[in-house]
Amino acid sequence: MTAYIIRRILYAIPILIGVNLITFVLFFMVNSPDDMARMHLGVKRVTPESIEQWKVERDYDKPLVFNVEEDGSDRFTQTIFYQKSLALFAFDFGSSDSGRDISYDISQRMWPSLAIALPVLIVGLLTNISFALLLVFFRATYVDFMGVVLCVIMMSISALFYIIGGQFLVGKVLHLVPVSGFGEGIAAWKFLVLPVLIGVIGGIGGGTRFYRTLFLEEAHRDYVRSARAKGLSEIKVLFGHILKNAMIPILTGVVVALPLLFMGSLITESFFGIPGLGSYTIDAINSQDFAIVRAMVFLGSVLYILGLVLTDISYTLVDPRVKLN
Amino acid sequence: MLSACGQAWNNPYPQSQAGKNIYYSAFGERPKHLDPARSYSSNEWSFLSQIYEPPLQYHFLKRPYELVPLMASKMPEVVFLDADMQPTDDPQQVAYTDYLINLQQGARYQPHPALATDAEGEARYNAKWPGLEDVHTLADFEHTGTREVTAEDYVYQVKRLASPELHSPIAGLMKEHIVGFEAFQKSVSQAYEKLKQKTGEKHPWLDLNGYQMEGVSALDRYNYRIRLEGLYPQFIYWLAMNFFSPMPWEAERFYHLPGLKENNITLDWFPIGSGPYMLTENNPNLRMILQKNPEFRGETYPVEGEESDKASGILDDAGRDLPFIDTAIYSLEKESIPRWNKFLQGFYDLSGIGSDSFDQAVQFGGSGEVQLTEEMRQQGIELQTSSATSIFYFGFNMKDPVVGGDSQRARLLRQAISIAVDYEEFISIFRNGRGVPAQGPLPPGIFGHREGSEGINKVVFREVDGRPVRRSIDEAKALLAQAGYENGIDPDTGSRLTLYYDSTATGPDDKALLNWYRKQFQKLGIELVIRASDYNRFQDKMAKGTAQLFTWGWNADYPDPENFLFLLYGPNSRVDHHGENAANYNNPEFDALFDRMKYLPSGEERQQIIDQMVEILHKDAPWVWGFIPVDYVLRHQWYHNTKPNLMANNTLKYRRIDTSLRDQKRVEWNPPILWPLLLIAVIFIVTLVPAIMLYRRHERSRAR
Repeated sequence: MTAYIIRRILYAIPILIGVNLITFVLFFMVNSPDDMARMHLGVKRVTPESIEQWKVERDYDKPLVFNVEEDGSDRFTQTIFYQKSLALFAFDFGSSDSGRDISYDISQRMWPSLAIALPVLIVGLLTNISFALLLVFFRATYVDFMGVVLCVIMMSISALFYIIGGQFLVGKVLHLVPVSGFGEGIAAWKFLVLPVLIGVIGGIGGGTRFYRTLFLEEAHRDYVRSARAKGLSEIKVLFGHILKNAMIPILTGVVVALPLLFMGSLITESFFGIPGLGSYTIDAINSQDFAIVRAMVFLGSVLYILGLVLTDISYTLVDPRVKLN
Repeated sequence: MLSACGQAWNNPYPQSQAGKNIYYSAFGERPKHLDPARSYSSNEWSFLSQIYEPPLQYHFLKRPYELVPLMASKMPEVVFLDADMQPTDDPQQVAYTDYLINLQQGARYQPHPALATDAEGEARYNAKWPGLEDVHTLADFEHTGTREVTAEDYVYQVKRLASPELHSPIAGLMKEHIVGFEAFQKSVSQAYEKLKQKTGEKHPWLDLNGYQMEGVSALDRYNYRIRLEGLYPQFIYWLAMNFFSPMPWEAERFYHLPGLKENNITLDWFPIGSGPYMLTENNPNLRMILQKNPEFRGETYPVEGEESDKASGILDDAGRDLPFIDTAIYSLEKESIPRWNKFLQGFYDLSGIGSDSFDQAVQFGGSGEVQLTEEMRQQGIELQTSSATSIFYFGFNMKDPVVGGDSQRARLLRQAISIAVDYEEFISIFRNGRGVPAQGPLPPGIFGHREGSEGINKVVFREVDGRPVRRSIDEAKALLAQAGYENGIDPDTGSRLTLYYDSTATGPDDKALLNWYRKQFQKLGIELVIRASDYNRFQDKMAKGTAQLFTWGWNADYPDPENFLFLLYGPNSRVDHHGENAANYNNPEFDALFDRMKYLPSGEERQQIIDQMVEILHKDAPWVWGFIPVDYVLRHQWYHNTKPNLMANNTLKYRRIDTSLRDQKRVEWNPPILWPLLLIAVIFIVTLVPAIMLYRRHERSRAR
């Protein structure tokens, strides 16, 4: 397994270089270093000299990917792409274009994101699996039919509607929890109730339908028929056999998402005033802060690859037949 | 449990804050800069101006806006000097202008670790201090200190404006006016380069005390002088801005200690001032907290104001010690809906009105007067409106061969378009009535603005009963015909005249706006092509002068007509001089008048020159004059002393809150409603019973 993991990590390097290159190309297709300088220096009374100076200080005065004025390897190293990308592979994210340390900002902002994403994942998973099993139990009845219709309706509604509706109903009309905000430590609970509740409810439609399909596929297999023939109760069949054998696809979805939980949710965090990572990248794109954009895209890619590796490993844990060679 | 403590369940603030003298507000965008040398936007100044104290400030209540001393003991003494450095009163002979500023004695900085000293009087925190890399906020420093604010600190700050490391947005402007500013910039740039090479650091600390700026010097502990080249009467207004606040040199040394920048502890993030408040928490991803500065020198509430101020009760606090509020908490609210809801619940003391909540808050009476809705009135909310010292306009690129230039043809075309683009309709549709059509470049409240009949732009409006009424579209068509575009047909091509409007309004929500512009031009038979540009491309086009039509705005730096009329001053054109004259308007007659007007004191002579300038502009029509926004602000009944002051940013110190009324209203307005939860529980149980029964029946049934 160790050799497999090392091989996967080595595979990740060209992927990360590619992701970095694409991010770089896309960003600089839309923004030039002059644009970035203008955005950071403000609108009023910005002189061409100050724009030039801003670029020099941040090494944005160099050519993008190829420096014709240099010789040898410097033609590639004395470029914005090389200067800005190499340190990423050592996880040195450096400073944002506005001068703040990116690693520190990420370390501060990932916890509030996690405080919402983790309960949403766990509670959502339990809720969706429970509802899916319930529908499977009542399969081919009106309960199942109505449940599926309800799921389709719920998954058709925009996440924004859940958020605004939830804030209106629970925060504004019923006055049960704050409409938005965040607190430190244990005081954060009352701010987390509503976004977590909305996150769970918003995910029920899609999640339940997905798991129902998985469970139905298992429910018609021979081993399930054998279990029933042995006289096991339906509860035991559902939880002891169907759920257990449907774990691999469930794990695929869950484990791959685990590392990305840190990255947060843009809309939820924005509406609830949660100081997480969700809006960090969008804010950086809006303020044309390339340093943050490339750091966040790089981090997202690394976490995604990590998630995939973890998923592979988890297969071996839930299914002894799987071997990582 | 919470309600038992007398606090609403949905109160976002901890119980420990109940009854405290705290102001609650929100911010939507995190400040980019909190360094007074760099910051140049109103959202940043709403914090900075409570912390830093420049020599002057605007009187809180008097209108028109009036400068009064803040840290200065009196208004600066202005001395005009000729080329031989002799005093002169002849404006033609003036080679230099000296501003002599005398400071109040005894003012002290907020407690700050940069000023902490040991028993020997040396800085307590230096590069050898252990554990600097573990510091993440200023509160992590155990020791703080303070000292008196001196003239040297003001001089040091002017030097900082010239520092190449800081990119002060006004460095370019000050270089033209302050004696020795440019030479100082050059010598300091060289010194920085040498220091960087020597230390290998990217941003080393350079003590600016070792470099002299010829035109700025401390005369003694409480007096300093700023010497300007020639005349620049508007400089006095800059002395009321944060750029000219004091900065202790120790702060720069402190923030350059190793490890602090890596932990985001910089002067741009943690200000050090002498004002009524100090920033004690700066987490712009969550909240920012200002607390009363225990070292504040003291100031009293103004005792004079406008005639109406006594009747309105805003002078009730006259003579009382400032500030009234102990703490101000600004929470991050990116979205307008939760911000509005929390205002209605009493958790914010003040609110603007977004377009999505406008109808809920405001209605228009039978005669068009603005009034609050019944819902707002029942909550005791009050509405304050004020014309902004800003203008939004529709500009013509005067370098464009079709709409620009000094030809009669182009002028008539611009005049016709000025009539056709109906900004009264624009204000009604897109601004919910929050604005007034501009008659020229000067908004109300700025010297030179004419009210009533005298102020009407006769090219675009006719006067009916003393009020402006837009000229008819037939008159516009007649002008267009005179320009050679009969019914909008371009004689050169034989087809409809096509004009191009560059806009950054590219979202789906902007479609209605862009269609509206097209419709305005269609009235004349002109086809308007929208060229959607992102912000960067738009800026590029403006810099190169390739845009034909555009919309732009300007917010006053100071209440002087120069600050608006310079937007049309030839030597300030965007293409040729990288200035703020985005239309690239260049009229020698206008420029000559501007040069005279700029140096005159506000009086009859100046008014006459401004009248001439505005008349030239009306005729040349380089802009469609657009509109002056009207700000609507809502405040709760417990929040006092809120007279709008669009020039002053340091107004938090005047505000007062009735905290007991606020606490009472919050509880009254936010009772928890529990019956829907009980109903859900009952429904759940009711549906659970048949489900269990069904399950049991299923389990008992025989396999088929």
